[in-house]
Amino acid sequence: MKKPSFWVICLALIPFFAMCFSVSLWDRIYPMILGVPFNIFWLLSWIVLTSLCMWRVYRLETSRISKNSAATARARSNDL
Amino acid sequence: MTSSAIALSVISTIVLLASTIGFYAGTRHKMSLEQWTVGGRGFGTLLMWLLMAGEVYTTFSFLGASGWAYSRGGPALYILAYLSLGNVVAFFIVPTIWELGRAHGLQTQPDFFLMRYRSKYLAAFVAAVGVAFMIPYLQIQLTGLGIIMQVASFGGMGRTHAMIIAVALVAGFVFVSGIRAVAWVSIPKDILMVLAAVSIGIWVPHHYFGGIAPMFAVLARVKPAHLVMPGATENLGHSWYISAVLLSALGGSMWPHNFGAVFTAKSADTLRRNAVVLPLYTLTLAFIFFTGFAAFLVVPGLRDGDLSLLTVVSKTFPVWMLGLIGGAGALTAMVPAAIMILTASTLFAKNLVRPIFAPEMSDDQVARLARIMVVVLSVISLYFAVYSSSTLVSLLLVGYAGVTQFFPGVVLGLFWKRVTMGGIFAGMIVGVGCTAFLVLTKRDPFNGLNAGFIALCTNFAVAVLVSALAPAKPANLRET
Repeated sequence: MKKPSFWVICLALIPFFAMCFSVSLWDRIYPMILGVPFNIFWLLSWIVLTSLCMWRVYRLETSRISKNSAATARARSNDL
Repeated sequence: MTSSAIALSVISTIVLLASTIGFYAGTRHKMSLEQWTVGGRGFGTLLMWLLMAGEVYTTFSFLGASGWAYSRGGPALYILAYLSLGNVVAFFIVPTIWELGRAHGLQTQPDFFLMRYRSKYLAAFVAAVGVAFMIPYLQIQLTGLGIIMQVASFGGMGRTHAMIIAVALVAGFVFVSGIRAVAWVSIPKDILMVLAAVSIGIWVPHHYFGGIAPMFAVLARVKPAHLVMPGATENLGHSWYISAVLLSALGGSMWPHNFGAVFTAKSADTLRRNAVVLPLYTLTLAFIFFTGFAAFLVVPGLRDGDLSLLTVVSKTFPVWMLGLIGGAGALTAMVPAAIMILTASTLFAKNLVRPIFAPEMSDDQVARLARIMVVVLSVISLYFAVYSSSTLVSLLLVGYAGVTQFFPGVVLGLFWKRVTMGGIFAGMIVGVGCTAFLVLTKRDPFNGLNAGFIALCTNFAVAVLVSALAPAKPANLRET
């Protein structure tokens, strides 16, 4: 199978660091932002940012895939 | 009309209308096994989105999430994280699974294992484990449904009666229309659920505290410990959070019904776009959390946290609104229940009975057996829902811990050529055994880590070790 590229993996790991591994850094009440405790506000913002990260990943991956399939199609027609 | 009668009529109108859509959804198609299980592989972005959202946001998101915010506080936040991160994982594995599915005509998760590892016993094992761990998930939906109907009808309808009626409807439209019914019933379900969640989450804090911000201000003054981890619990701290989020995010796409739904998509791109957009749907859950926290202040001391949302709602809203919320909640249980019953029946007929006991069965006979199993499994899960009691979240975590054990087999199968059938089989047996041992002997969480996560790590290690020790032989996924 085609493995995703290095940068795409890095981009996809950002939400994991932000919402999962770094929990002890942001799991607190203050400062409250827009009246919401900091930990809840942090997670809600990262839900939106996750979608943005994945949008970027989507653009990178789809351009790579279409390039790839174009290349294999060319290789195949050369074989014939 | 009494308030019970008003609420009941609103609920039944919603449930019956939605079920009718379900019954009609498949009538224009001839129900072959391919149509029934994967909708002829023709679902576009919108229908796919509805189906995925319909599957992931279950009655658990409704009652369980508010229940945890109410009874445990901070640790409940793991739900927001894992639902978003699950989509990140899905982005990378799901489109590849779809491509293999189209190339090899796969319809179910065990089909994938059979194609990749060439062992009908491994596939049958995957099917059996899948069905076994889907039953608690199914039980969550039915228990939740019973609770919702009972409270929303002011006790006018008992839990058991409500569950029986709902199961009969679900079994009916699944039997007739298969996966198309699930996708189409998801439409009213998703719309109603978002409306209900947002209106409850805004109105309840507003009604009692004058808004969401003042509500949190009160909570932070009265009981600040409730808002951070470990909240009201002793052992659900940060290390538990990380392990539970990882387990659930990795396990999300491993549910047999989520895995199977992948094959309904029209293209791999549909699935990628879905994974980009779906995290945003998690935002609606925030409103459910707000309600749970508000309930903590308004109706403290409930013995069963799962009842907190409905208790505070019935205290706050007019009767017809309670009926509307009850109807939304009922559909939120019925849609996931429908797809689980459908998937479990297909697994049983196609991947367990045919390969092991009756290899001569035709596809049409498999389809017929699967439809009979719809009725049988509905009755079994109904029995469990009526006669056992466990809180919704703990049931969910058992299920996740179990199905996540498929993760090494899927991911290594996709991205590592040298992985062997023996390695995956051994890893899975160790993983499932480990989960069962830790959960059944009440050792979850174990040393501050989620039990399923420990099982997953052991599983992975065994799979890699056994595969690496096996003599190397060339295997190519693309061939045959």
